[in-house]
Formats: sequence, structure tokens, C-alpha cells
Amino acid sequence: MSAVGTPVTRVDGPAKVTGAARYSAEISLPGMTYLAVVGATVASGRVTAIEADAARAAEGVLAVLTPEELPKIAAEPHLLPSLVGGPAPGESFFPMQDDVVQYAGQPVALVIAEEYEQAHHAASLVRISYQPTKSITTIEEGREQAYEAQRLFGGLMPARSERGDVEAGLAGADVRVEVAYKMAANHHNPIEAPSTVATWDGGNLTLYESTQGIRATQQTVAQLLGLPIARVRVITRFVGGGFGGKAMVWPNVTLTAMAARYVGRPVKLMLTRPQMFTSNGHREEQEQRIAIGAARDGRLTAIRHEKLSITSPFDDWAEPATGVSSQLYGCENFLGVHRLIKGNTMTPTFTRGPGESLGVFTLETAMDELAYQLAIDPVELRVRNHTPVDPFGNPWSSDGLVECLRLGAERFGWSERNPAPRTTRDGEWLVGTGVAAAAYPIAFFMPPQRARARIFADGSAIVQTSTQEFGTGVLTMATQVGADALGVALREMEFQAGDSDLPNSTAAVGSAGAGMVSSAVHAAGTALREQLIALAVSDEQSPLHGAGPGSVKVADGHLTSAERPGAVDTYRELLSRNHLSDAEALGMWRPPPLDTPHGLLTFGAQFAEVAVDPELGLVRVRRLNGAFAPGRVLNPLLAHSQLMGGMLWGMSQALLEGNHMDPRYGRWAETNLAEYLVPVNADAPEVRVDFVDVDDELVGPLGAKGVGEIGQVGAAAAIANAVFHATGRRIRSLPMAPELVMDPAVGGR
Amino acid sequence: MPLQINGRQHVVVLEPRVSLLDALREHLDLTGSKKGCDQGTCGSCTVWIDGRRVLACLTLAVAASGHEIVTIEGLADGDQLHPMQRAFIEYDAFQCGYCTSGQIMSAIKVIEEGNAGTDEDIGEFMSGNICRCAAYPNIRAAIRHVRDEAGGRS
Amino acid sequence: MRPLTYSRAADVQDAIALATANPASAFLAGGTTEVDLIRAGISRSEHLVDINELPLRGVEDLPDGGLHIGALARMSDVARTPRVVERYPAISRALLLGASEQLRNMASMGGNLRQRTRCAYLRDGVSPCNKREPGSGCAALDGFNRGHAILGTSEHCIATHPSDVAVALVAFDAVIRTVGPEGERAIPFDDFFLLPGDTPQLEHPIAPGELIVGIDVPGAPIARGSVYLKFRDRQSYEFALVSVAAAIEVDDNVVAGVRIAMGGIGTKPWRARRAETALVGSPPNETSFRHAAAVELAEAVVREHNAFKVELAQRAMVRGLVHSLNGRQS
Repeated sequence: MSAVGTPVTRVDGPAKVTGAARYSAEISLPGMTYLAVVGATVASGRVTAIEADAARAAEGVLAVLTPEELPKIAAEPHLLPSLVGGPAPGESFFPMQDDVVQYAGQPVALVIAEEYEQAHHAASLVRISYQPTKSITTIEEGREQAYEAQRLFGGLMPARSERGDVEAGLAGADVRVEVAYKMAANHHNPIEAPSTVATWDGGNLTLYESTQGIRATQQTVAQLLGLPIARVRVITRFVGGGFGGKAMVWPNVTLTAMAARYVGRPVKLMLTRPQMFTSNGHREEQEQRIAIGAARDGRLTAIRHEKLSITSPFDDWAEPATGVSSQLYGCENFLGVHRLIKGNTMTPTFTRGPGESLGVFTLETAMDELAYQLAIDPVELRVRNHTPVDPFGNPWSSDGLVECLRLGAERFGWSERNPAPRTTRDGEWLVGTGVAAAAYPIAFFMPPQRARARIFADGSAIVQTSTQEFGTGVLTMATQVGADALGVALREMEFQAGDSDLPNSTAAVGSAGAGMVSSAVHAAGTALREQLIALAVSDEQSPLHGAGPGSVKVADGHLTSAERPGAVDTYRELLSRNHLSDAEALGMWRPPPLDTPHGLLTFGAQFAEVAVDPELGLVRVRRLNGAFAPGRVLNPLLAHSQLMGGMLWGMSQALLEGNHMDPRYGRWAETNLAEYLVPVNADAPEVRVDFVDVDDELVGPLGAKGVGEIGQVGAAAAIANAVFHATGRRIRSLPMAPELVMDPAVGGR
Repeated sequence: MPLQINGRQHVVVLEPRVSLLDALREHLDLTGSKKGCDQGTCGSCTVWIDGRRVLACLTLAVAASGHEIVTIEGLADGDQLHPMQRAFIEYDAFQCGYCTSGQIMSAIKVIEEGNAGTDEDIGEFMSGNICRCAAYPNIRAAIRHVRDEAGGRS
Repeated sequence: MRPLTYSRAADVQDAIALATANPASAFLAGGTTEVDLIRAGISRSEHLVDINELPLRGVEDLPDGGLHIGALARMSDVARTPRVVERYPAISRALLLGASEQLRNMASMGGNLRQRTRCAYLRDGVSPCNKREPGSGCAALDGFNRGHAILGTSEHCIATHPSDVAVALVAFDAVIRTVGPEGERAIPFDDFFLLPGDTPQLEHPIAPGELIVGIDVPGAPIARGSVYLKFRDRQSYEFALVSVAAAIEVDDNVVAGVRIAMGGIGTKPWRARRAETALVGSPPNETSFRHAAAVELAEAVVREHNAFKVELAQRAMVRGLVHSLNGRQS
């Protein structure tokens, strides 16, 4: 019986519901000390003096490190996404190497003390003087100096994409929509703060780290400290949420290792919630503009999509926002441009649904406006523009867009909708519904992925790779995949991860985690099964002796062959007869080449029902329905949770989340969970998730395309379109706060 | 100072400034209660003191001395999970698991307090526990299940 | 967190003596404000006097039909006290719409009244703030001031008072009872909250060592039909953008009595006396309500990001009055 595809509950469930699961700050080591980081309070300038005498004299303080005491790093960091598989610093900058301040919150001093309270109190006693210089921290301040970026993602991707003649396409259109949006910065805010425990044993460093990429952490820290990679071990049992904020390796990890070497004892760092707004990247403040032209029948003639955003002084970073709009619909003329402003913030980073989620917001709200201008049903308009191939003429590795739109519409009850805006009232509320298509790119930037499978004489088995569990359910899904590949019962299989000593797998970002890990695990389990089948058919004492290896099937540890009706061997007996205490195999999955002749998108469709109180500007999401085609669903229970969580992230992006810079100081205005709003239970409606089955033989042996991002993509657009349907008004900023949604016309009625 | 935790007396030397949360996590190796914000804004440190759910991050350990403290580690009876713990697994009411201890400590009380009558009530009275993975609908389903299950311990 | 000393008071006099002995002391009840602000480096308290064993938790009848609420009664308990729910539904609702159940289980009524503004510039420990460092200036005036007040402000401070229940209490003319080194006092609710003026660091007319022991809420039949509505970005666990406590009495088709107070828009819990005056004798309809709201907000002073509150507050006030008139609780 197949374990893959069944709704198995989480294998780490019991540990998580009893509090037994240990996260990185919960490692207890003899002689533990505590690190507190002092961050710069100005956004630009120089540190002119650090008075640390009071801090050094405070009770329990072991050391105060300033740039004078802190050793220099061995190599300059160069930003590269962790998915690529190498060192992955979050920014091409390392603090405390000199007196320069590049952004507020940048570490300027470290305090290490015996106790947590002592470290933080002493940190408050460090007095730092600055010579501030004029900072730029908002688009408004830097608009004049915006420039067109050449490459994004540390040089990995071109920043401009162009085909046809977009101006001619717009000029020749029967109907045009041109809109612009302002989008506030977002912060990941996992509930677990970035946490590190660093401990040295001679020249060997062990890090217990809250990361989405333990191998990326290992390589980055080794590079920055000038250590052989083999001397750095990273252990990550559980991560309390990442959402992209733990996908890259930020300076605090290496600083903790440096602090531990300095005091010669284990050091623990847990960032404070306010520090999380200036320590692990963010989704950048941005503006997007889109122009769409269409013929009267709805067929698109041109799309011009531009993004302007603010980056750090040292990196050309923008989440790519035009990848989906360039591909989702058939359209001959396209231009996508990313423009940047160098500002005094840290380098922004991946945030769930990186880039494309806001790109799709812009595209899909514009498509809604187009549908109204053309008087074509919004679902129908999208279906009409569906294309079976990508812009290069390559067929999709698997499709499903139209099926998602149709299934979603049916389950949502779309056909009952009166398309006229502002036609449904429920007491003080106006009710509206909206739709958006969803798509998210699949990128094969990662190197080959490996896993090891091992079976013991008693029939129990393990499969291992160096990934980590941060809520995706990878521990559970890899257990299912490993059990099936090897041919053992689920209860016999344990998946082990969370240790950089295990075989290589790359950081789990961009929804690639499940696909990469499951492919490697499948390869390892399959390799071991084939090894054992070969052993059985060559074993004279086996009932299967002489059977063709290809004829042998394994299930629940039992080997059978159509060529030997009635004959059964078992892994246990096979190992025991051959005096083997265990057997193991390494498996490798090599991703398709970057120039694979396939279009690579995961598709879905989002439907939302909202209620709007037009007097008070309140928006309540009543229903969210999503239909998705993510390829093979390894575990429907867990996939449902991932997609539901993504959809609620989209709701949050539409209605709640946004931070604001105070440009006078270059500091974020909202730096805690009371002011930076994420949804609470009362905000979350019931969510329906439906799957459209598509076979995808390209993306990996199991055909899983990933569910981490696609749920988030399009949800905000469906909500914004529903707000328009409810009220007849388009809101041009995110989040759609009450002051924007309040209808100026209804006052004083 | 003595601290009565999960029915057991612990004696620990702590400064008055140490929060109950840090006492549990850094001094008693009871790391099931989570530090999410240390500011009273996320609920992941929810524990029970004298039978009521409160936040351990804003409670000084010294002030909790002499009171009955229950943490997530005190719910299961050996290998026998509390019905709410089982329901959280069954309904997949968590993903990363970091807020889960606090969610469960609140969820049991929501039923005891009589605030689990409707989904709207559950949502409102569970809103002091932020789940960034947004497992909220599944959390409500787990609570409904325990509420409706005859003979549940809650 | 700074080093602290700690003592537990056995009775009220003990508490006052302990607090008076150390000028850097604070009373510790629920701790939800004090522990947070000490950790943030905003409160300078060095000694905490734990008053939780004092017998100040009850809710008792007053001879005029009102209630005396003990200062250490917890928000969650008061919210569910049947006499509060019956006589002052707005107080119960305001309590239940504040914070979260965990915080309501911890926070005391006295402590709630002494909670401090959520102004981010006070809490960041760095920006100019006349509350934190008198004379340093007010970063909020030209900063990100979406959450800030539009009534009762000064050129030195525009910080919003964050309490919900204080809004309901000020509507019903509550009186705060204290005991201090100089003896007992009764402070009318409106006088307990000082406008920032030139001295935003002074928030309450309360002496060192003076302890809130209870709140008297006078009997007020009108309060039985009172409502408390709270409007905010998310549906729960957030401070108000605007909130309103309202109660209305109609006699012979004119407004015979009305109580209105607002939260989220004032530097103190805002009793809308101008609106009340404008309404009495008017017909109870939306036109009158809208007019009264406009009268109350006429003197609003807005900044870059909070101008929307002028209109939002008026619509909220109208909504509150309509709901009270129609007997709707939410």
C-alpha cells in the first residue's frame, strides 16, 4: 500500500504538542552564556565613540565586543540565494568591520554575559556616539536617483524581460488598463526569533541554528570565518517558522560564533522581537505599475509591468515581480522592468511568495479592471487568455490553470454572482466576491540533491538528508516517500534531518523544499530497494532466486515476483540469511537543466468573498476558496495546511501587513507584534482548498511541484477584486487599511 | 525560591527580574513554553497559574512563587496525550509548532471558560495566540472536536 | 532588564510604606504594563511592591445602585460579573474587547487605568519623547502618527490613551479611590487623566506611594442600555483606531439623556461632553447624531497620518448612538 498521497498526521506532532520539540534556543549546554546585540540607532553615518565601561563593569558581563575587539572576517560576503547551494549571505556586507553605519539596527557592539538578563541590561548601558549623515530610507526620498537594475538575486537573473513591441501593442489595443500601486514593506515575523547557539571544540564549530538552510549556514559561516567547511557543523532540529526570513544567512549567526570563540564558552543568541525588524531582511517597500492592452474579444495585446523598490547600499536586490506576468497569459508584447533606489536599509530578502505574489496582485487586479471594461466575466477572461506554452513556445511541464479556474468557480458558486458592483448588502456590510489566477515559477537553480537510505536487520529503516523542518511537514512527507521507495511500512521508516553532516540538500526556499527532498529521498530509497532486490535474486536461498530484478515488487518489507507466484522473501530474512546487520545506499536527484525546454509554473485560482463596512472602512474576509494544481500531492492533510496558510498570508498582505519608515531617523515605525499587524484567529475565515490533478514528469520522480508559495499568490488580488465588487472602489495601496477603504461619500448621510 | 510547576516543587535561585518564562526555559529546562515576543503580544508563552491562562513573559517568577503553575509539559499523562493535544495532531492545527504550546494551553481553557460555544467565540477568545503559519481554521476545528467529544477530559 | 528588588505587601498600609521607602518603586499587580516597560527600559522602577495579596478584588454594590470595583479585580472577572453586565454592559464589552483573555486574566482594573500609551516613539527608547525625556521634543508630531490622538493634544505630545474600559468608565462618571501617605482620596475619573499640555510626563495627579484601591461607578439607569463599539484593523487583540461608549435615553421622542465617550482619538479617555450637550433635547435620529459628532470633533487637531480619524470618529459616534438607541450590544 502506498503511503505517498495519504493524509498521514505529522510524525513530529507528538513532540510539538507536548513541548518536547527542541528549537535552536532550547539547547542546553554546560557553561552557556548569553549574547545581546547592540544595534545602531542611526541609519547612516559613522560610530565616533563607544563607551562600554559601565557595561563591562556590570554584573555577570564576560565581554563587550566593539569593532576594535571583533576579529575581521576572512572573506567578503557576496549575496547569492541559498537555493543555489553555496554560501548564502543575506547581504554583501558584514557589520562591525569598521565604524561605518549602513542601516539602523546594524550590529555595532556585542555583550556576552553569564545570564540572559545580565547581557541585555549591560547592552542597555553601552553608550554609542554617532556622526550621522543624511539617509534615504523611503521611495519618496530616493525617487530622483532610481535606476534600472541589470541583474537581480545576486546576479542570478536578468532584471528586464522584453519581447515584441509593447508600445505598439498598447497603441493597437481596443481597451487599455493602466494602474499603479503602492505596497508597504512586509516583515516575516515568524513566532520563533532567529536563534543561534554556538559552541567550539578546538577548531571545530557547532551551531544550533534556526535556519531554512543548514548547508547554506555551514558554508557561509565557514567562509566568513576562514574555516574548512568540514570544521563547521550545523544542527537544526526544529525551526519555528521561516517564511523566507531564515532562508539566507544573516550576520548574527557568524557574530554568535565569533562571540563564542572570544569567550571560550557556548553562546546563545535569541534576537528580540524589535531586532527582528532589522536583522533578517524584509519585503521591500515598492511601487508597481502595469499597463495592459486587449482586443475587444479580451485577448491581450500587450503588458508593460514595472516595479520600483528600495534596496540596500550594497546589493541590487528586488524580489522579481514580473516573471508570472510575462508568462501567465498568451501575449506577444511584453516588457518587465525593475528599478531600484539605493537606500539605508539592510538588503531586503525573500518573503513568502517572493516577488511574484505582489506581481500577480498587480496583474490580476488589472485583469479584473479589464474584465469590467470589456464586460467579460473575470473567470472567462482568464480562460480566454490561457496559453498552453510559455513565451518561448515551450509546453508547460504541467498545466491546470483552466481546470483550477473552472473547479474553483464551481465550488465557490461563482455563477450565482451578479457582476455589478455594490449590489449586495447585509446590514451595515456590503458584500462582494472576487477571483484571481495564481501562478508561481519553479526554478532549478539547485545542485544535485542527495539522501542516504539504510535498513537494519530487524527491518527498521532510516532515510537521511540535510534539510530541516520549519513547518512544511517535510519530516512527514519524506518519511512517506522513503517508506514507499524502499518498500517498507510507514511505521518502520524514520526520516532524519537537521544535521549538516547528513547528505547534501539545499535550502528549502521558493517551494523547492518538498520537491528536492522527496526526489533525493525517493532516489535513495529506490537505490537501496534495487540493491536488496539484486541481493535477493542472486541469493540461492531466496525463494526469489533467479527471478528478473525488474519483476520484483516490495511492499511492507515483503518481496514478491510475478515470475514466482506464491514465493515471498522479506528484507529481514534476506539480511539475516546473508549475515548483514544493515544495508545502505546513497541516492541522488539531478534537477533538470536551467534551459529545459519546458514552461515551469505552478497554477491555481483564488476566490474570495468579503464584507465591507463602507462607513468605517472595515473589510472582513468571509470565505477563501483556492483550487491548485501542484502536481503530485504527497500528503493532502499537510498540503492543505500549507496552502491554507499561504492563502491567509495573502489575506494579511491585502488587509493588514505593512511597515513604514520614519525617514527622519531611518527607523521602522512598527517594530513589535502589537503595531505590525499579522492576522489573529478572529481574522481567519474558513478556507477551502481543492486540488486539480496534473501529472508532471519533469519536476522530479514524484511529480511534486510544491505548495509553499502558490497558496499565497493571487489571494490578495482576489480579495482586492472582491472589495471592488462590494464597494465599487479600487484601493491603490497595500495594505488596504480602513482609512483607505472608508467611503468619503457616505459620511453625513 | 520555590516554584510549584506541574505538581512538582522546584527550588531555584533567581533574581527578582527573571520572568517566569525565562525561569522555565533557561533555569528549569522546561522549554515547552515558548518565547515569541517577550512583550505580551503573541501568546506563545501561555501557561496556567492557579488554573487561569496567563502570559509567562510578563509574569515575574518571584511573583509566581507560591502559586500553582502548569505548563505544556504538565498536560500529558505519561504517553497518554491530553485530548486537546491529540486533536491538534488529528486536525493538523499547527505547522512549525512554535506557537503550539501556547495555543493548546489557551484552547483547553477556552472550553473550560465557556467561550467555545460558536466558531466566532472560539476565534475571538483564541485571538491572543498568534499563529504565523495561520493554522487558525484547523485550531478551531480541533477545539470544536474536543468540545463536542463526550468524555473528553477538558 | 535592569536589576530589581521585590517585596510583597501584606496590606494596604504595608504597600504604601514599602513604596514610600524607595522613591524608585512601583506597585506590581498584573505586571502587564510594568514588566513590559521595565524590560523595554522605559520604566525606571528599581523596586516592585507586589500588591496581589491585598484584599481589593471584589465588586460590591453602592447605595445608589452603582458598583465599587476593587482595584485588583481582574479585567476578565469584572467583565463577567453579572451586576456589571446588567448595569453597565458597555463596561463589560469594553473589557472583553481589550487585549487578550490571557492579559485580561492578569491585568487589574487599577493597573489598566495606569497603563501607558502605545506611542512607538516613547517605547523605542531613542526618539525624542517628552514623556520619556521631558524637553527632548515629540517625534510623533511629524512622524508616523496614524495611531495618535486628535483631541486633547498639545504641541508637546499627541500620544493616545490606549485603555478601552477607561472610556466606558469615564462615560459613567466613575470615581477613583486611592490611599496614600496623606490618606484617602476620591478623584473624579476625568481628573485622573491629565492632558499633556506642557508636561506630558505627568499623566496622573497621583503622589508617590499613593495606591489605587478601587473604582466607584455611580448608579446610572441610562447605562443599562449602553454599548461599547471598537473599530480597528484586525478583528481582535489590537488597540482601537476609534472606539465609542454610548448610552441614550429617549423621552417623548427627544433625547432626554445621553452619555458618550471615545477611545483611540484622545490623549485621555475622551468624554464627549460637547456632543452630549448638543444632543439633549434633539430628536433621536442620525441627523442629530451626526451634528453632535461634528460639534465634538470640531476642535480636532490632525497630523499627517491621522486626519482620517476625524471622520471615522464621527461615523463611529453615530454608529454607537444608533446601536444604543436600537438596543444592540455590538
